[in-house]
Amino acid sequence: MKAFRPVRAWRAGRASVGDGAVTAAAGQGAAPLHQSASRDLLLLAAAGVAGLLLLMWALAWVTEASGTGSADAVDATTGTITLALSTEPPQLDSTRLTDLVSGRILGHVMEGLLRYDENNRIAPGVASRWEIGLTEATFHLREDARWSDGSPVTAHDFVYAWRTVLDPATASEYAFILHPIENGAAINRGEAPREELGATALDDRTLHVRLQHPTPHFEKLMAFATYNPIKEAFREGRQGRYGADAEDLLYNGPFVISSWVHGASLRMERNPHYWDQDRIHLNAIDYAYITTDVNAVLNLYKDGKVAIAGLNAETLEDALQRRWQLKRFVDGSVFFIEFNHRPERLTANLNLRRAIQLVTDPAELVYKVIKLPGTLPGESIFPVWLKGVHGAFRQEYPAPTHPVDIELAREHLARAATELDIAGAWPPLVFLSGDNPAANKQAEYFQEVYRARLGLEVKIDRQIFKQRLAKMTAGDFDMVLAGWGPDYEDPLTFGDLFASWNENNRGRYVNPALDSWVEVAQTSPAPRDRMEAFAEIQRIIHEDAVVLPNYESGSVYAQHPRLQGVVRRAVGTDPDFTQAYITGTGD
Amino acid sequence: MLRYTLKRLLQGIVTVWFIATATFMAMHSIPGDPLSSDKAVSEEIRRNLEAKYGLDKPILEQYAIYIGNMLQGDFGISFSQENRSVNDIIREHFPVSATLGVLAIAFAGAGGILFGALTALYRNRLPDIVIMFLVILGISVPSFVFAALGQLALVNLNEVFDATVLPVAGWGSMMHMLTPSLVLGLGTMAFLTRLMRSSMLEVVNSDYVRTANSKGLPPSRIFLKHQLRNAILPVVTVLGPSIAAITTGGFVVELVFAIPGLGRYFVEAVQQSDYTVIMGTTVFYGAFLVFMVIVVDLLYGLVDPRVRLE
Amino acid sequence: MAAAALSFERAVAQPEAEVLARPSLSYWQDAWRRLQANRRALVSLYIVLALLAFTVVGPLLWRVDPSAQDLDQISAPPGADRSAEIVAPHVPWAGVTMPLAEGNRLAAEQLTAPAELALADPANTQAVRLQWQPVPGASGYRVHRNILHPAPDDALGLPLADVLQPGRVSFEDRLDIQPRTYYYSVSALDQDGDVAPAYATLQVVAKRVITGAEAVQRGLVETMEDAALGQRVRLRLHPFGTDYLGRDLLARLMHGARVSLFIGIVAPLVYVFVGVLYGSIAGFAGGRADQVLMRFADFVVALPFLLFMILFRILFRIEGGDDGIAPMMLAMVLLSWPAAARLVRGQILQIREEGYVGAARLLGAKTNYLVGRHMIPNTMGVILVTLTFAAPAAIFTEAFLSFIGMGVAPPTPSWGSMCNEGIKTMLTHPHELIFPAVFISITVLAFNLLGDGLRDALDARMRGRGGE
Repeated sequence: MKAFRPVRAWRAGRASVGDGAVTAAAGQGAAPLHQSASRDLLLLAAAGVAGLLLLMWALAWVTEASGTGSADAVDATTGTITLALSTEPPQLDSTRLTDLVSGRILGHVMEGLLRYDENNRIAPGVASRWEIGLTEATFHLREDARWSDGSPVTAHDFVYAWRTVLDPATASEYAFILHPIENGAAINRGEAPREELGATALDDRTLHVRLQHPTPHFEKLMAFATYNPIKEAFREGRQGRYGADAEDLLYNGPFVISSWVHGASLRMERNPHYWDQDRIHLNAIDYAYITTDVNAVLNLYKDGKVAIAGLNAETLEDALQRRWQLKRFVDGSVFFIEFNHRPERLTANLNLRRAIQLVTDPAELVYKVIKLPGTLPGESIFPVWLKGVHGAFRQEYPAPTHPVDIELAREHLARAATELDIAGAWPPLVFLSGDNPAANKQAEYFQEVYRARLGLEVKIDRQIFKQRLAKMTAGDFDMVLAGWGPDYEDPLTFGDLFASWNENNRGRYVNPALDSWVEVAQTSPAPRDRMEAFAEIQRIIHEDAVVLPNYESGSVYAQHPRLQGVVRRAVGTDPDFTQAYITGTGD
Repeated sequence: MLRYTLKRLLQGIVTVWFIATATFMAMHSIPGDPLSSDKAVSEEIRRNLEAKYGLDKPILEQYAIYIGNMLQGDFGISFSQENRSVNDIIREHFPVSATLGVLAIAFAGAGGILFGALTALYRNRLPDIVIMFLVILGISVPSFVFAALGQLALVNLNEVFDATVLPVAGWGSMMHMLTPSLVLGLGTMAFLTRLMRSSMLEVVNSDYVRTANSKGLPPSRIFLKHQLRNAILPVVTVLGPSIAAITTGGFVVELVFAIPGLGRYFVEAVQQSDYTVIMGTTVFYGAFLVFMVIVVDLLYGLVDPRVRLE
Repeated sequence: MAAAALSFERAVAQPEAEVLARPSLSYWQDAWRRLQANRRALVSLYIVLALLAFTVVGPLLWRVDPSAQDLDQISAPPGADRSAEIVAPHVPWAGVTMPLAEGNRLAAEQLTAPAELALADPANTQAVRLQWQPVPGASGYRVHRNILHPAPDDALGLPLADVLQPGRVSFEDRLDIQPRTYYYSVSALDQDGDVAPAYATLQVVAKRVITGAEAVQRGLVETMEDAALGQRVRLRLHPFGTDYLGRDLLARLMHGARVSLFIGIVAPLVYVFVGVLYGSIAGFAGGRADQVLMRFADFVVALPFLLFMILFRILFRIEGGDDGIAPMMLAMVLLSWPAAARLVRGQILQIREEGYVGAARLLGAKTNYLVGRHMIPNTMGVILVTLTFAAPAAIFTEAFLSFIGMGVAPPTPSWGSMCNEGIKTMLTHPHELIFPAVFISITVLAFNLLGDGLRDALDARMRGRGGE
């Protein structure tokens, strides 16, 4: 077509003019046209850019209110550090606290009777002295503990808060943590009025607590955020909005929330009414970014905008190349594969579970798949950091272990097949998993392990968080990737997990022997007896293959070299910036 | 005109009702519910929670309450952000998404028209080839790859200059808006460039341009008055659907650049089975889109004299 | 233009110019001819065919299981070194314990660097075993590993572990050891767990090893007898490298193409078919039925696509083990049919009014003939073009859903999910992102250009014009 000469094009008529004419235009008339047109375009473009800038400026001006700053990660002159938050706290009412992020914020702006110090030992908080006996406890509140409106923190504030938590109308998910208090469980079930709670304010500064039964870890519970005080007059005055916004909270901790822009930022500033000013060095902690994207946070760290960035196996090498000082931290949770023990399920068969147990290699999972230092191959549901009678529980009572043995596993599998009357291929097992990348990776790894080593077909059922929980509760699975984080610093927080009455025992494991050991651990006042009980629980869980511990999770992160004094802990506020400070040098 | 507008608005309202019903039905057939949580709770507590959110009522009654509240402009209270109403969430976060969307559209529109015109002018020459290559990239690379690469580029840029030339993430100032809206608008820009190019070429071939040429009009006048104006029209028609694509497709960018937009809330709400937020945002977005399409159609009628609104 | 057009000269009579040179071609023959003239569209067509061959024939030629995990070669780039030495299986190491020296515990600043930091066993990818002399006054040790030498700015690297057992002066590292050079640094800890500034560093080159059993299992050697200790074997070949679980990227790309192309081709086919059916019913029925049907289509169009895609994706949830392709397709079909329906209805309404249809009617043509001869051929072009443009949109939708974690279920690979995984390792293992991203780009591009070409070739108005 392009070969047409203009002359012929004219003559050949309308049909074929199109392309020929364009070629002609491009060939001859084009130079002047696109020169002048370019000039016009340039003008237009300039006008366009100006218009866009104006638009941007106008939009920036209009939406200014919801902005995040672009301050540096640490600022020594103003004593401010800037950080990123993975998700926004859903709300900050301590009675309905459920998530880690809220716990972290509350740990900075509130203070309970007791708290954890920088060496993770119990230290005085609002209470300056306390006596805890077998069945009762008395706390003496300090005189200078104040709310951020200047009024004193009284024993009544604690009684009100605790009654509110246990009131079934509050529907607090963490109410169970107050059950050791006399009548706590009964009130929570709606069987007793809230006034019958065994906690009374003898006067403004003395709080007396009667316990339902001896609770050896009661002291440590006092540092848990659900036990925080709430000023009745203030909460009732917020008409159900208590904790929804910065101004809907009354603070008694080292910091107050000075601004909270939902979804964008949360800023805490030093509380001038806090009693222990010497402990605080920072003037402000600014969570200027809220994003779940770890890569975004890492990029912000590279840009010097946030002081801490978590790393994952994929970004470690980049961090090493940049010669960052890396830190490691064990966050205290234990992850495991939980079997479904409901009788109608194949996994109710011990030999099948044993076979799976024998081919599961937590070391390979941790060293080849998870690849994060600080993560330990799982051997027990009791993590290594738990304390025993004198030293570490796991050193006093080492977890029973087994080598990976594929031959033996196949024998168990054959036995299971006979017991379950399965001839030929096994029906596929349903492996329930979350939809986060880490869970995916592990589920895919296990799927292949069981296929290659046992010839068992495993179907991964990937579900979003709430649906996974619903399916776990309904028993709609054979195996599930589950985890458990400690609520308080005592082996019991893991130990009662598989008691037959525990609602969180979602695999419905029932074993009277284990139940009786849990009862011993719950009520026995003697530490040695309790630890023996935990050791028995540990043994039963291994021998009965109740769950298969995968790993104890840890994390690696980069922290700004000038930021010091940050406390990381498995139980309690983490990370804790209360005593953090900015050094003059560091880079 | 007025009649037409009213008719369209009425249709729009019925459409929004349809969207609301579809969302409600979808939400309530999804297994798992917003009340299941990590810690198992007692029956008593669960009943209380259900009563609080009205989940204990029969489904038809729930539907009636939901539609009734929606008519009063009340989308209810979020399940996961317990003390915040969905109205608050939309009011606080939609402006952010809208800002991002408007800027992205502006970038896409301005860039598309400019580059489209350029490529048509320099057809088959270097600028055309370079721009069309970039356009091809823009069309064929998924937006989340762009977002990740864009942020990485910012980090490197700031490192080279050893100062914050452009912020890596966050929201608030003009500088924060630049990269995310560019990234968000890129795909649409590429699409519009292509559209503009072909429509320019069609116009170049049209009788009236040839007539103007042969009349001896100055090329600059032909270009501005005849070519550009006529070639822009098809671009305006697709702006409506583009707004839809950009405003709802913004959540990848919002996530990567830590922008407190509504899209992010929607994705989070989906993860948490947060009924009220999901229904609220879907209906709101649906209504917004329906409205935008009506506006674009009306505008088009004004811009193009050939179009008569029935 | 003016110059050429105005140069009149006497034309020589050319009878052949008046002859109809074109052979009589049917609509489809003509379209095919025009498509062939469009080089870009033709190349795109070949690319699409090649991609189909890649998915269908590829797995027959490259018979590697896409879900088999080669844990010895995790995230290996293409062309990585593959030689490994056969060693005995790993046995737990008790470690080295020396009696605690009597004396006071010292503060971190006073602690010296551990002396005689050395390897207890030859270092290999199975384990690196370190031991050192006790530091007087220390309560424990911290072991770091780096890929660069820690000097001069004391960047010790990755904190591997704290050795806190009393008297223990050794450490075994098994964490993701690659065949490369590492720098291990050990420093002492004081009672509070504070680390001493002094450290000792050891350079270690880890050798790639594999156990005999693994070698047999992976088919690198025939039997255990062949796998003598110390013998060198070549690990599995992965031409495109491996992913984060050591799975063969080429095999995954082939199988991922199945998902992506399936969704890209079959989903549009289904919903365009549904749309055509719906649209032609509406178009033929006309009147009130048409109004009602099209209003409903308008409602569905108004649904925010991505939001509903996500909702439906959860609604038609994946049962355990389901790969999730069917629910995704269903959601796509439910939301996407109206576009095609509107288009086809419009076409049919238009064609019904065309002169040639009227003429055919006048000549007594039956409905069958009208549909077969006029309606279908004249709408087919529009439908085909819609199809080609729907394919990239569907592929993108799948990729996008994978990005927010709602794509196909693992271990089924899809290009979208591979891309999403690849982004995380973009900086260290770029091949994991580049390959799937390039495949998506090429596919989307090919479909786009093919669509352009088809549109030009099928558009009756474009007859007589070549190219654009």
